Amino acid sequence: MTENPFQYAPAPESRSIVDIAPSYGLFVDGEFVDGGGKSFKTVNPATEEVLSEVAAGTAEDVDRAVRAARRAFTRVWGPMRPADRGKYLFRIARLLQERAREFAVLESLDNGKPIRESRDVDVPLAAAHFFYHAGWADKLGWAGLGPGPRPLGVAGQVIPWNFPLLMLAWKVAPALATGNTVVLKPAETTPLTALLFAEVCRQADLPPGVVNIVTGAGDTGRAVVEHDDVDKVAFTGSTEVGRSIARAVAGTRKKLTLELGGKAANIVFDDAPIDQAVDGIVQGIFFNQGHVCCAGSRLLVQENVHDEVIASLQRRIGTLRLGDPLDKNTDIGAINSAEQLARIRELSDVGVAEGAQRWQPACELPARGFWFPPTVFTDVSPAHRIARDEVFGPVLSVLTFRTPDEAVAKANNTTYGLSAGIWTEKGSRILKIADQLRAGVVWANTFNKFDPTSPFGGYKQSGYGREGGRHGLAAYLKGSDA
Amino acid sequence: MTHVLDPDAVTAETPPRREPLAPYRDVTRSDAAFRAFLHGLPGVDQVGAEARVAVLGTRSIKTTAKAWAIDTAISMVDLTTLEGADTPGKVRSLAAKARRPDPGDPSCPQVAAVCVYGDLAGVASEALAGSGVHTAAVATAFPSGRASRAVKLADVRDAVTNGADEIDMVIDRGAFLAGRYLDVYDEIVAVKEACARPDGQGRAHLKVILETGELVTLDAVRRASWLAMLAGGDFIKTSTGKVSPAATLPVCLVMLEAVRDFRAATGRQVGVKPAGGIRNTKDAVKHLVLVNEVAGPDWLSPDWFRFGASSLLNDLLLQRQKLRTGHYSGPDHVTID
Repeated sequence: MTENPFQYAPAPESRSIVDIAPSYGLFVDGEFVDGGGKSFKTVNPATEEVLSEVAAGTAEDVDRAVRAARRAFTRVWGPMRPADRGKYLFRIARLLQERAREFAVLESLDNGKPIRESRDVDVPLAAAHFFYHAGWADKLGWAGLGPGPRPLGVAGQVIPWNFPLLMLAWKVAPALATGNTVVLKPAETTPLTALLFAEVCRQADLPPGVVNIVTGAGDTGRAVVEHDDVDKVAFTGSTEVGRSIARAVAGTRKKLTLELGGKAANIVFDDAPIDQAVDGIVQGIFFNQGHVCCAGSRLLVQENVHDEVIASLQRRIGTLRLGDPLDKNTDIGAINSAEQLARIRELSDVGVAEGAQRWQPACELPARGFWFPPTVFTDVSPAHRIARDEVFGPVLSVLTFRTPDEAVAKANNTTYGLSAGIWTEKGSRILKIADQLRAGVVWANTFNKFDPTSPFGGYKQSGYGREGGRHGLAAYLKGSDA
Repeated sequence: MTHVLDPDAVTAETPPRREPLAPYRDVTRSDAAFRAFLHGLPGVDQVGAEARVAVLGTRSIKTTAKAWAIDTAISMVDLTTLEGADTPGKVRSLAAKARRPDPGDPSCPQVAAVCVYGDLAGVASEALAGSGVHTAAVATAFPSGRASRAVKLADVRDAVTNGADEIDMVIDRGAFLAGRYLDVYDEIVAVKEACARPDGQGRAHLKVILETGELVTLDAVRRASWLAMLAGGDFIKTSTGKVSPAATLPVCLVMLEAVRDFRAATGRQVGVKPAGGIRNTKDAVKHLVLVNEVAGPDWLSPDWFRFGASSLLNDLLLQRQKLRTGHYSGPDHVTID
């Protein structure tokens, strides 16, 4: 094949818009303060360059943050007129929009995701969550959760590294709209946008203590979850950590919502719009390097179109552009950390060892940083680990089915149940299959679409409780059950 | 240059049906079979197609890539004038511009063709002689296609006799929407035969205009694309430019998918020509990105991709000057048509 004459020149988004400090403290009671723990470095996963040093919160730091949150709850935020709480949320939402480019660049630097996604998905959705919940703040009595629902108090929230700002928005916006105050721990590898959000809180004149951000690793998270004066725990992350949190919270008065792993089935019937289904498969598993709990990591394709779909998929994957996350034309960015890369490599190798066929496009990986090419496994059996374990990376396992019943049985044959996708031109089939799938979100002829009005959450080991929509409010209110 | 109907054409009989390429030989054996085939093509999800072009629309084409894209787009332009008020003088001036789009810069590539009504094809081909720029003529009772087949074929022969080496025909949208697919098919086959040069030296290139603005759904666009390719069209073209909406990115996406799939199945490559509504460089570059990432780089040449446009060329020239000199010039730095 001759060289393609149309080579896109580098089109990097300028990073001069962000101003990263050499070190950051914790955000407690409206002030940045030093942490008691040993500070840690956060790196750019695309280059392994150290971006900043971040303070680690100890149990004492967490205690100080929870006390600040409690004070803010009893004195200011709890008694405040709901309409006024809404005003603060609207102000935060607008500031997120105004500073959208800054947030997008910082997110891509710290997380490794392509700027196209942070700019077009993460940041706009985060702002949308604040706008949406701002609207609810003075209408909670009409949310169908009973008359005059009341806030719980202090919410302890622990979020993952895959969508750092968006997950913060999913947690903070509903908590604040319902009148709670929060202590939030961002992920160890991606703390920077949460700290920029702290600055936005100050810019919005949010009363001190309403939002507290305590950075750190697992110990800090445990201190947040186990603190006696926390009324509500919300966690998004791995099923393993979710289990230990459930154990820690068991027997206390704390309310708990968990949003954990997934191994979603993306079901393609033979009458699907093939080109769009292929786009949907790509969007399902390669969006955000596959670091998505609801990723469509198991492709269930009807046997009679298997070869056609796989050929089309491979051709499409060949057009994806992997590289510098800040380049506006990049489709696939860097894996978030060396640990995650090691796990993806391990599971991918297990796939080969267990007898599945691994396919990767011919693509050059950058010499520095953490990278993994988009990968497709065919001849996968439901018994293989790559068909059962969450890889949390750009690795797709392809299985086949012959009848709708078999598709449903295979789709549900997982310990998870977060999301699923159905591709068919037949409307009645969509409704029938969706009804039988045990998954919190079922997408039809699309995948990985998010909206603040739509509740999100899982079945089985994917967790419990819902985030977003009217249902998501229930998790932060008294007199109603999540 | 006279416009004479071939007196024999009015009574000319439709030639016997020609079979499409393998593996689709049998799909035209009956209206029912053809319908079953076209309706059996995978559907197009409009929301998904729009989402795909939206993402490709965010591609950022800068510096060297932009320079290449602008030059390539210029070389793909079918410089068009299709007005009732057209004159030989206007066509000559357009031909001069086609040969040297930027009089101040000899490094600027020529356009692909000049596209006119059939009666002016002679003027155009004379003015373009020896330049390598093609003469395209619209025919078959363009733009509505509402005339008898005999008249349409006569229109084509006339344009070819006058010197057109590319014919832009319109399909019978009424027949297509009514499900009379074989009628549409037979007509394209007949037009293709009428494209034969009178001297026996090959035949004019046939572009089949689907008029997607009247087909409305993307499913219909995919079916019409396949129909036109099976019938032997060398190019499939979106629109006449006389109906709104004309060329849109989702329509172009579906047509590019069709030519890609058709080549994979039959080995024959068919070109694509969006026409109408592409007015500036940004739109043109978006189309080139679509070509590159959907059909593939094999289509990135004037042999396989064209822009039917009139005002686009001047914007491409202004952007080209901007890229070379570093500053914007004004509309007086490009020629008016």
